[in-house]
Amino acid sequence: MRKLKNIFFVLIFSVILLNSSNSAEKSPPFLETKWTFKGLFGKFDRASLQRGYQVYTEVCASCHSMKYLTYRNLAEKGGPEFTEAEAKAIAASFEVTDGPDSTGEMFVRPAKLSDKFVMPYVNEQEAKAANGGAYPPDMSVLVKARKGGADYIYSLLLGYSEPPEGVELDDGVYYNKYMYGNKIKMPAPLSDDLIEYSDGTKATAEQMSKDVTNFLMWSAEPHLEQRHKTGFRVIAYLIILTVLVYFTMKKIWSRVESKV
Amino acid sequence: MSDHEYTPSSKFGKWFNDRLPLLTLANHLTDYPTPKNLNYWWTFGGILTFCLITQIVTGLVLAMHYIAHADMAFSSVEHIMRDVNYGWLLRYVHANGASMFFLAVYIHIFRSLFYGSYKSPREIIWILGIIIYLLMMAAAFMGYVLPWGQMSFWGATVITNLFSAIPLVGESITTWLWGGYSVDNPTLTRFFTLHYLIPFLILGLVVLHIWALHVPGNNNPVGIDIKKPSKDTVPFHPYIVIKDAFALLMFCIVFALFVFYQPNILGHADNYIEADPLVTPAHIVPEWYLLPFYAILRSVPDKLMGVVAMLSAILILAALPWLDTSKVRSAVFRPLFRQFYWILVADVLILGYVGAMPAEGLYLLIARVATAYYFAHFLIILPVLGWKEKTTPLPLSITEPVLGGSPNLAAARSDEKIENIIK
Repeated sequence: MRKLKNIFFVLIFSVILLNSSNSAEKSPPFLETKWTFKGLFGKFDRASLQRGYQVYTEVCASCHSMKYLTYRNLAEKGGPEFTEAEAKAIAASFEVTDGPDSTGEMFVRPAKLSDKFVMPYVNEQEAKAANGGAYPPDMSVLVKARKGGADYIYSLLLGYSEPPEGVELDDGVYYNKYMYGNKIKMPAPLSDDLIEYSDGTKATAEQMSKDVTNFLMWSAEPHLEQRHKTGFRVIAYLIILTVLVYFTMKKIWSRVESKV
Repeated sequence: MSDHEYTPSSKFGKWFNDRLPLLTLANHLTDYPTPKNLNYWWTFGGILTFCLITQIVTGLVLAMHYIAHADMAFSSVEHIMRDVNYGWLLRYVHANGASMFFLAVYIHIFRSLFYGSYKSPREIIWILGIIIYLLMMAAAFMGYVLPWGQMSFWGATVITNLFSAIPLVGESITTWLWGGYSVDNPTLTRFFTLHYLIPFLILGLVVLHIWALHVPGNNNPVGIDIKKPSKDTVPFHPYIVIKDAFALLMFCIVFALFVFYQPNILGHADNYIEADPLVTPAHIVPEWYLLPFYAILRSVPDKLMGVVAMLSAILILAALPWLDTSKVRSAVFRPLFRQFYWILVADVLILGYVGAMPAEGLYLLIARVATAYYFAHFLIILPVLGWKEKTTPLPLSITEPVLGGSPNLAAARSDEKIENIIK
């Protein structure tokens, strides 16, 4: 029996190995960077989230929508935590169409905290037309919608290079070693000193990539900090209770000679 | 069933119990004589009940916020995740709860396979279990469609398309299931309704499953019939209750680790992309718990035969009490069966693995061999084993394994083995 078990593990192991060597050919390992939101007590880097929002709004937002985010989210706990006044000011810098008013007319007004993030295009067709037929995906849950998550997004942003020899690229198509199939229609969006950070941090491509990925991670998982905090408490409680129940069980079962 | 007639102590209790014997039922459940040598593999029945209740309760609240409409389903799920108080917790518990439910049910099924719990006189319990398992798969599949992500949509398309393989009426049945000519809003609304209905059907069947269990009583790791109540049994409360509680808590810790620290690891990233009928994902894969059957489906080149093979793979289990011809229940006393049992476990795991891989080249070959072996296990190996296998001597009771029997060397050795395996 033991022999058979061994055979079975060897079989499974070899199949897994076979597969991992297979997929290794497809895409290189992701670039490594330290994420503060990982781990048992993982939290977001507040300053990075704020910078990340700046990158999003000054760079990404010209093509990518974030339709599930509301301006009030920017001031909420566990997020970038702008002050309410700052969030209001951010909202007010955008215009939204509201209405109809009492005369039946639509009107334009500054956005409020309760408004959703303003979208760069009216609809998908317009977005496609403006981007050579490719639809810039909504970024609200993008991190969760890609295998590899934050590591993938971060690597992709820094993964642009000249195509290797023998790879032909059409007009408006770029080479990115992390993209599925290596061809991407988005030109490299970030380059050193593209924007000027309001907190004085040097805006290298790496820094901006990291900040905006942090921001996207938060937008995909706005309750991540609360989840980690609650999770730790729940599991600590469960472990203590389990230990107590274990000893209770031992005591009860000591009345009969059977073991548990 | 009960050893003695129960009479409530209070006058009101007696009055009430004469009209509706709830107290008798409660007394039966408390005193229910349970074999005292049950190991931890037997705690998964209680764990599964917990899973079902968790799914129903979280699902109920989620349904208050979810909108079953093709244009709004995806964003209503995001609304739950962002704006509903503890909505993220409810949804992650519900989504991971489905996986935990299947994890527990697979352990429960394989426990039954190892200890021969499906054999006489427990065939009805077993068949009820298979029906519950089928309903679970239906509920899980339809539940996965509700967030209306890419995998939801394309998974639904692939699975509903299977019905079109039925000769003559296939196309009409598929159209009828869809409520149109493709997976669309009518499909979503009916899946939502059915997803809400099925758990209550399961609940009803679980009651029958437990009722049927309480007639012959539990099987046990030794697999022999025991007298009830006797030295071999303990009352369900407090002995089994506390043990089940302990196991359940351990299970909950694993559950919580998934919910709070890796809530999306068991899902597919593509399901966070809203459904798009014009874009097909590169690989359409079902949730992990359906993968072995998906592998069987794809290993047959013909569509209809693939569907037949997949369904047979589940339905063959219902015939198991009659396919397994051995009179000995527990694998502890069946040295050959035990080996084939582990090969079957490996076979199913391999099927699950290749189910997640593209159906081509080596993977397809492995899937075909594993599928053939799966059926061979039930149709050839089990019936033949029952006749050919030389089982080791059975003890007379749990507490006195050798007394009364022939205290020979073989029996003593098998006892040692029981001890080892039970531990």
